Amino acid sequence: MLNASLKELSAALAQRKISSVELTRLFLGRVEKLNASLNAFITVDAEKSLAQARAADERIAKGGAQPLAGIPVAHKDIFVAKGWLTTCGSKILSNFTGPYDAHVIERFSDAGAVILGKTNMDEFAMGSSTETSFYGPARNPWGQAYVPGGSSGGSAAAVAARLAPAATGTDTGGSIRQPAALSGLSGLKPTYGLVSRYGMIAFASSLDQGGPLAKSAEDLALLLNVMAGFDARDSTSVERAREDYVRDLEKPLAGLRIGVPKEHFGEGLAADVGKAVEAALREFEKLGATRVPIGLPNSGHSVPAYYVIAPAEASSNLSRFDGVRYGHRAKEHRDLADMYRRTRAEGFGAEVRRRILIGTYVLSHGYYDAYYVKAQKIRRLIADDFAAAFKQCDVIVGPTAPTVAFKIGVKAADPVQMYLNDIYTIPVNLAGLPGMSIPCGFGKDDLPVGLHIVGNYFSEAKMLNVAHQYQKATDWHKREPTGIQR
Amino acid sequence: MPLSLQEVQRIAELARIGVSDAEARAVQSQLNDIFELIGRMQKVDTEGVEPMSHGQDLELRLREDIVTERDQREQFLSLAPEREQGLYLVPKVIE
Repeated sequence: MLNASLKELSAALAQRKISSVELTRLFLGRVEKLNASLNAFITVDAEKSLAQARAADERIAKGGAQPLAGIPVAHKDIFVAKGWLTTCGSKILSNFTGPYDAHVIERFSDAGAVILGKTNMDEFAMGSSTETSFYGPARNPWGQAYVPGGSSGGSAAAVAARLAPAATGTDTGGSIRQPAALSGLSGLKPTYGLVSRYGMIAFASSLDQGGPLAKSAEDLALLLNVMAGFDARDSTSVERAREDYVRDLEKPLAGLRIGVPKEHFGEGLAADVGKAVEAALREFEKLGATRVPIGLPNSGHSVPAYYVIAPAEASSNLSRFDGVRYGHRAKEHRDLADMYRRTRAEGFGAEVRRRILIGTYVLSHGYYDAYYVKAQKIRRLIADDFAAAFKQCDVIVGPTAPTVAFKIGVKAADPVQMYLNDIYTIPVNLAGLPGMSIPCGFGKDDLPVGLHIVGNYFSEAKMLNVAHQYQKATDWHKREPTGIQR
Repeated sequence: MPLSLQEVQRIAELARIGVSDAEARAVQSQLNDIFELIGRMQKVDTEGVEPMSHGQDLELRLREDIVTERDQREQFLSLAPEREQGLYLVPKVIE
């Protein structure tokens, strides 16, 4: 059951081989046994989960339940869930109980899925290692001295160690794809606007997008079927006809044109990662795809532009945490202004404070054009590069991250080194495109390597097809971490 | 152009984040590293490029001006650090 696909779990539940209560207990037991070492979850609440599981069992008994009914899913602690502690990995929300459900949580509940718990993450999703969490770093199941990636690192660690069949994450600059890569999972960041941001605590609103992390592309398709959909409460939610993301999985890849951007194979790419990605490209050729060399000449400017745009939006979004309406408030203060200063100094960790300061500066009087407007112009150039590339190819493939997982602590003191982890994923967020990562081999210290697949707007079904055909021909996605207790 | 200690303190004040002198000094060097990274974008030629503010060129939807939220005043107030008689309490602002 621990290694079963969502389709297999769904069939087992429908055939009454296992109940949702049994399945939920199985995974809660895994969490109880292994979370102390992995720190993947911030909150579990067995009573709440089991109540949902019992309700799911009733639905299944009536027949005709949806595919995810009765399946436990772990949610990144950035999604507000009614009655659940929702911390966003921060001290400032360490006492915040969700007063309503995020759209994503609603969708899973409507589908009959069970909330297994809330997963660890970099504070306010600002990080690439889960080390900025107020609750301490999550650990990589492939090697516990290593980071699982971030910011959705708790979700990645949970699925990789089989503490959860699947999980949700969010991706502002790579926060689903990079932890998927570093933890040997499949992860998908949909087109901006496909998954509602309602109840998803905002980091950088023009970039943030929710998506699934799972063991295979097929699982991702089933999860996206639940997560995607119009929601009037998110002003950037896209109104379009519902799609079935499973429909194209079995299409052959003959004739597929794979764009290979030379800029993503140059300086900075570790040799072990490059080798695994090259082998994956050859596998795609065997499946009938052809390679098309493409250029993304402005992608090298994406990290500087991102570190203007994302902190600028964050400094605005995080102004709501002021100790008045919810969350932590400093105990001692002289007056209102002093209360704000102390609350925010106590409540935010070092990385969040740094990004608020960057954002405040670039938006401040006299600097707006030089930084913010300049970065937005570069954003246009990056989006135009992709538009030109997609005239020549169907998907773009390269490495997700420049290296395999790094050790906890080695980059924590050097923000710039940490930021450069997301060099291949950030351009995709700036352009609003969908991107995914799937396992494609192992590198240094037997750690997983992720393959980055980028599609054109709303081409998730095509990307999932590409990933699923690769996974039918290979077994990298079926490998599981050794050294994790059964 | 590196940030001075005074500038770091001014930004922190604008952001309403208290920093001690020692913290400001520590943050100063990290911010300067980050601004060196950010500064690399200045060499990009963006003459005549239209700024892109969003991942998609979306038009904001309009809706009828009607109440769509139900009254959840008590539930939301219950999350506040300090409250009294249905109001949020903050430290005294006017003497």
